[in-house]
Amino acid sequence: MSAFSAIGDGQPTDQDDYTPELEPQATWCPGCGDFGVLKALKGAAEELGKSPEEMLLCTGIGCSGKLNSYFDSYGFHTIHGRSLPVARAAKLANPGVEVIAAGGDGDGYGIGGNHFMHTARENHDMTYIVFNNEIFGLTKGQTSPTSPKGHKSKTQPHGSAKEPLRPLSLSLNAGASYVARTAAVNPNQAKEILVEAMEHDGFAHVDFLTQCPTWNKDAKQYVPYIDVNDSDDYEFDKTDRREAADMMAETENALHEGKVLTGRYYVDKERISYTEEKQAIGEMPEEPLAERYFDDSYEWERSADLFLDKHK
Amino acid sequence: MTDNEFIWRIAGGSGDGIASTSQNFAKALMRSGLDVFTHRHYPSRIRGGHTYTEIRAAAEPVKSRGDGYNFLLALGDSFARNPQEDAYYGNEEIKPLAENLDELREGGVIVYDSGLLDASEIEDFDARVEENNWHVYDIDLRNMARDVGREVMRNTAGVGVTCALAGIDLHWIEELMSDAMPEKILEPNLEILNKAHDMIIEEYDVDAVDVTVPEGSHDEEQVLMSGSDAIAYGSLDEGCRFIAGYPMTPWTEVFTIMCQNLPEVGGISEQVEDEIAAAALAVGASHAGAKAMSGSSGGGFALMSEPLGLAEMTETPVVLIEAMRAGPSTGMPTKPEQADLEHVLYTSQGDSQRVVFAPGTVEEAYTQTRRAFQIAYEYQIPAIVLYDQKLGGELVSLPASHFDEEPNPSLGSTLTEAELEEAPHDDSGKYSRFQHDIEDGVSPRSIPGQKGGRFLATGNEHTPEGHIAETPSNRVAQMDRRTQKLEAIAADLASQDESHQTYYGPDEATYGLMTFGSQQGTVEEAVDMLNDQGYSVKALGVSDMAPYPVEEVSEFIESVDEVLVVEMNASAQFRGLTQKELGQYGEKLSSLLKYNGNPFEPLDIVEGFETTIIEGGELSGPETKFVPAAGD
Repeated sequence: MSAFSAIGDGQPTDQDDYTPELEPQATWCPGCGDFGVLKALKGAAEELGKSPEEMLLCTGIGCSGKLNSYFDSYGFHTIHGRSLPVARAAKLANPGVEVIAAGGDGDGYGIGGNHFMHTARENHDMTYIVFNNEIFGLTKGQTSPTSPKGHKSKTQPHGSAKEPLRPLSLSLNAGASYVARTAAVNPNQAKEILVEAMEHDGFAHVDFLTQCPTWNKDAKQYVPYIDVNDSDDYEFDKTDRREAADMMAETENALHEGKVLTGRYYVDKERISYTEEKQAIGEMPEEPLAERYFDDSYEWERSADLFLDKHK
Repeated sequence: MTDNEFIWRIAGGSGDGIASTSQNFAKALMRSGLDVFTHRHYPSRIRGGHTYTEIRAAAEPVKSRGDGYNFLLALGDSFARNPQEDAYYGNEEIKPLAENLDELREGGVIVYDSGLLDASEIEDFDARVEENNWHVYDIDLRNMARDVGREVMRNTAGVGVTCALAGIDLHWIEELMSDAMPEKILEPNLEILNKAHDMIIEEYDVDAVDVTVPEGSHDEEQVLMSGSDAIAYGSLDEGCRFIAGYPMTPWTEVFTIMCQNLPEVGGISEQVEDEIAAAALAVGASHAGAKAMSGSSGGGFALMSEPLGLAEMTETPVVLIEAMRAGPSTGMPTKPEQADLEHVLYTSQGDSQRVVFAPGTVEEAYTQTRRAFQIAYEYQIPAIVLYDQKLGGELVSLPASHFDEEPNPSLGSTLTEAELEEAPHDDSGKYSRFQHDIEDGVSPRSIPGQKGGRFLATGNEHTPEGHIAETPSNRVAQMDRRTQKLEAIAADLASQDESHQTYYGPDEATYGLMTFGSQQGTVEEAVDMLNDQGYSVKALGVSDMAPYPVEEVSEFIESVDEVLVVEMNASAQFRGLTQKELGQYGEKLSSLLKYNGNPFEPLDIVEGFETTIIEGGELSGPETKFVPAAGD
């Protein structure tokens, strides 16, 4: 019998189950795109029938980190940029837990960029939502890794001299097996993409455009948006790495020309997840590690039996 | 110097197989009934560079490297840089012979590979040999090895020569080689071992050699273990099945042992992108219900500061290992130092809430690592095991029974789903994971996936359910509760049957020596020498850094007139910690420091003590430094 009976218990859920009763008033600014992420996540969790206690939501620091306060589940509000290493280890220790990580563009593409690349490379079976508002919001409006070139802020008074980072292309090159972009102003698509991302057996990266009406007025509301998978103007095969790369590049260029392209860019269903890779080489137990500590009948190995002979 | 010990130094180039040859030789001596202790000296180089391993063997317990040594096997550095380009580094090929002469005792033996080395290149070699009454054997080990098979076997030839000269029965070596070597290379190695041995017996007068190997016997079965082995096995026996890390000398040894052994016990090892990730993974795995560890050396540990603080604030149990090497910055990667004490005690923002143990011996490395896991999981706090390149790398013979212990996989103060049903929750059903008023400050935790256990862990200050909160009353309640855990741990440690501190020497003495971590054995040898010379000295080796054993240390200091604190750093960090924790005795504590990259030898301490404490003089050499007590 599992020591974690919330996992896969199949209890019906509705969106209220993910709404904590304490602190119900989100402190995000009126009109903030982060509300869109919260709504889409609740909708996706409900649709997949995930109960709050089989989910672990790991966030970083920033406005996005407040997601943990408004989404009721097991939560780990970590430190700036480090949600991914915490999240992926939790997944390794107990693969049955539905692990979701979330952070902002500064958190995920800036300070946590190294973790982003390597978590994508390893293809952990988890969803990573990046609240991309092209600005630092919580610290009041500094230029971020995705701010467009020339963007003026208090810390870049003459405008940013840097090219913005290309999150979709970076993700593909790093090794993510599911890459999508959605926008807070597109709630139906956002929910559908999060459902797909959570169902995907591998690292699913969702670059979520979240408008910041307070600190990034330039970016407006990310409207009108176009779904590249539905539009006749765009033809590409999202299972083909090269075609996906071209579509991503076009999308990243278009954003700063005022054209908001969204959709699924890359989906690789052939590649197995990191857990399965490790199991295949014999470096990962078949039974969840966390269960073992609650199993009174498990016979724990003694180092004296296994390793002492070679020292004699 | 004593006649009843054999100290053998094998010197060559980095990459010449010095480590494996010496390990086998040490084990053979152990099996023959002797206690052994090894000391490694190696450069931070990939190939080439003078390296040596010293093996001290005696019938009596050996706790330290000796003072000097009495048998040199100099193989020469076969990976030396081009001798034609010797401007900066000098002629490296000859260094294994040239650079080891200063510490060779009078009457000692030199065996060198004349196939590679020409002693006439060393200034005054013959004069020094005569003056010190050294016995020199120039043997063409290289050619001997070539004749039998491969040049690399000159190490084995050297061992054969050693056995012939020192009177070691070859069967100990043969038996060990049979255990350790694959068949293909075993045969030629056995051949050259015997060939070299017999050649010496036939062609030289071995009775002329003063150096012999003592005879001994063990009452119980022995193992040859390093501090790194002991830390790894202690972790495994506490049910640790998850490690994340990034390579860094000398921590890499523990990491490697764990990575190699974890698959065998259904565990998970992760080599990750950096040490920030490594520590964060250990925190994540522990949060999700595994017993987890990470670690590094000083530079990598610096990167772990933030996840360490996160573990403190979220009360996530985790064990971190810190293998000190000489700093600051990249420092001297392969050299031991004890200068990260303050680093591990205080790094990360806010008030520190952690446990730090500094084992002094290989046995303690095992028990203190196990204790670190027990405290971490019982009290939901990060526990750090602080050691150094010396303790990690030295091989010591010990009774096997010390490691023959039962496992303890307990997750400590963690609830089951049945227990969670009875536990307090808020109105929305969130589990009160961080309750204000609770015994010892320990509020039991739940694990993601458990029904009835959901809560928010956060690095922000938080309410009992984990919601972010900045109200003064909640802040004070949570801070006080977390601090209360430290007090409970201190009381827990103080109430344990056996002290973790090590007392050595007579019960009553005029003077005290104090040290921490890996210098313990060396200090003990110095205490014996000082008492033999008529001084009245005892020693205290402290292994608990945080919580600090205030009472025990106070009693020790009270019991003597004056204390010399011995540590391997330049700023007397351990003495500073002692004064901070005790709040007094500044006038009684002076320091003997060493930070030249080499650990103390017993004589360093004996001479330092005599010169400073007894004679009130100043140390003249560059090796050690004296810092007087505050009142002096």
